[in-house]
Amino acid sequence: MSSMLQLKGLCTYYGNIQALWDVDLKIDEGEIVTLVGANGAGKSTTLMSVCGVVPVRRGEILFEGKAIQNLKSDRIVRLGISQVPEGRLIFPDLTVMENLEMGAYLRRDKSEITKDINYVFELFPILANRRHQSGGTLSGGEQQMLAISRALMARPRLMLLDEPSLGLAPIIIRQIFDIIRMVNERGTTVFLVEQNASQALKVAHRAYVMETGRITLSGTGEKLLADKTVRRAYLGG
Amino acid sequence: MNTFDAIRTYVLEIDWRYFTELVFGGLTKGSIYALISLGYTMVYGIIELINFAHGEIYMIGAFTGLIAAGVLGYYGFPAAGIIVVAAVVAVIYCSAYGYTIEKIAYRPLRSAQRLSPLISAIGMSIFLSNYVLIAQTQDFVRFPKLLPDIQFPEFFQGILRSSSFFIIVTSAVVMICLTLFIKFTRLGKAMRATAQNRKMAMLLGINADRIISATFIVGSGLAAIGGVLIASHTQQINFNIGFIAGIKAFTAAVLGGIGSIPGAMLGGLVLGCCESFATGYFISDYEDMVAFAILILILIFRPSGLLGKAKVQKV
Repeated sequence: MSSMLQLKGLCTYYGNIQALWDVDLKIDEGEIVTLVGANGAGKSTTLMSVCGVVPVRRGEILFEGKAIQNLKSDRIVRLGISQVPEGRLIFPDLTVMENLEMGAYLRRDKSEITKDINYVFELFPILANRRHQSGGTLSGGEQQMLAISRALMARPRLMLLDEPSLGLAPIIIRQIFDIIRMVNERGTTVFLVEQNASQALKVAHRAYVMETGRITLSGTGEKLLADKTVRRAYLGG
Repeated sequence: MNTFDAIRTYVLEIDWRYFTELVFGGLTKGSIYALISLGYTMVYGIIELINFAHGEIYMIGAFTGLIAAGVLGYYGFPAAGIIVVAAVVAVIYCSAYGYTIEKIAYRPLRSAQRLSPLISAIGMSIFLSNYVLIAQTQDFVRFPKLLPDIQFPEFFQGILRSSSFFIIVTSAVVMICLTLFIKFTRLGKAMRATAQNRKMAMLLGINADRIISATFIVGSGLAAIGGVLIASHTQQINFNIGFIAGIKAFTAAVLGGIGSIPGAMLGGLVLGCCESFATGYFISDYEDMVAFAILILILIFRPSGLLGKAKVQKV
């Protein structure tokens, strides 16, 4: 079976500075795959390369067998890849409802969009209460819920999440990870980038460890959780 | 005599007819400023560029209206039909200009430092006004009287011209339509989203380039309406009218809070009324000075403008 997303020898530069070095990685349909690593390891750059925001200099990105590394980001979203970016990037002056509608920007099926809005309100009832409030007035946790919901509104086949736990209270983090697992069970493939390695490795089927722009380790979530170097570097002993 | 009586005497002494006339004058000019300043503020909101060529679009709108009206008049159209068709032609033509200007003068500089597109905008402005100077004439050209005369109630006779009335009403309708467009349509929402965070908008599949083009098209169309309206009010136009109108409208945009659409509308009307009152009551020869004094005061004391928000970043 061919993978849903495959990165082959990916090299990305910022100006003359090389941020990614021959990154190889694959995600099969239905999986949760996580990419863990420290600050500045290149995790977000990997996601931005997939989404076409940062240009790829060498290597290939295959989505369902099709090379997408030269496509513009709106074309990539059209193929079924949505991103929940780092820092959430909620539109602060748009209402919760409008933020969700923007998530469904490329879709024209009105009745199905309404159905999906009800679906995310079911996942996050707090958003339903705040639907007419502007995005900027939400708390950090609520904004993260909104960011995930907004990505779901595109009905992605592959959802990319960049540090969804960043800056959130532990109880909210648990809730967010539960939702990620649930979204995955309903058929969306998930690629999760996290610094919070313990949570991420628990929820992931497979994982990659990234250091200074290179993949240094890979394996199942349990295997990496048990791995000595990973424990020392990311799990505090 | 107590204070209350003093106030009452004062109020009774006000010449209300003259006051109303000044209000109408202010609203007339203010509506035009508002129409133009919307283009400044929308473009600034989305790409943080002061599009100095915007005033020239307004001037080109007036000339296009004149040429279209001339052609239609030659074929014997009725006056009321001419003004509508001329306005539509001007809107389409100026929108094409706005789109093209963005494409050739700003888009290649999208990732350059901020000063470069600004200089490009000034260059574009000089180019356009000189191009009209060469292609048309350096003299003032007479604009035909196209707006019908209205019989107003007695109180308004002599203080409200029917062209003023048309300007105020048309601008109000156009601005209401714009507000509804921005608030409720898919494209309008995408414009707001792109203005608030372009990168995120792209991650949602919004084609930011197309949204930016649309912003220029809408802004230029509004300026064209302003151009045709003012031309049929003053009944004379010249290649240079875009310059001063552009700077005034820019002042209005800053006054209202640049980037804010209701701000631009309010700023335009307030600026128009300030000018009208200042020239009507105090210093009749220094109309422009009032506008620029306001610009300086706003920049010093309230740079975010009347309705603009000071930027707060949430981490």
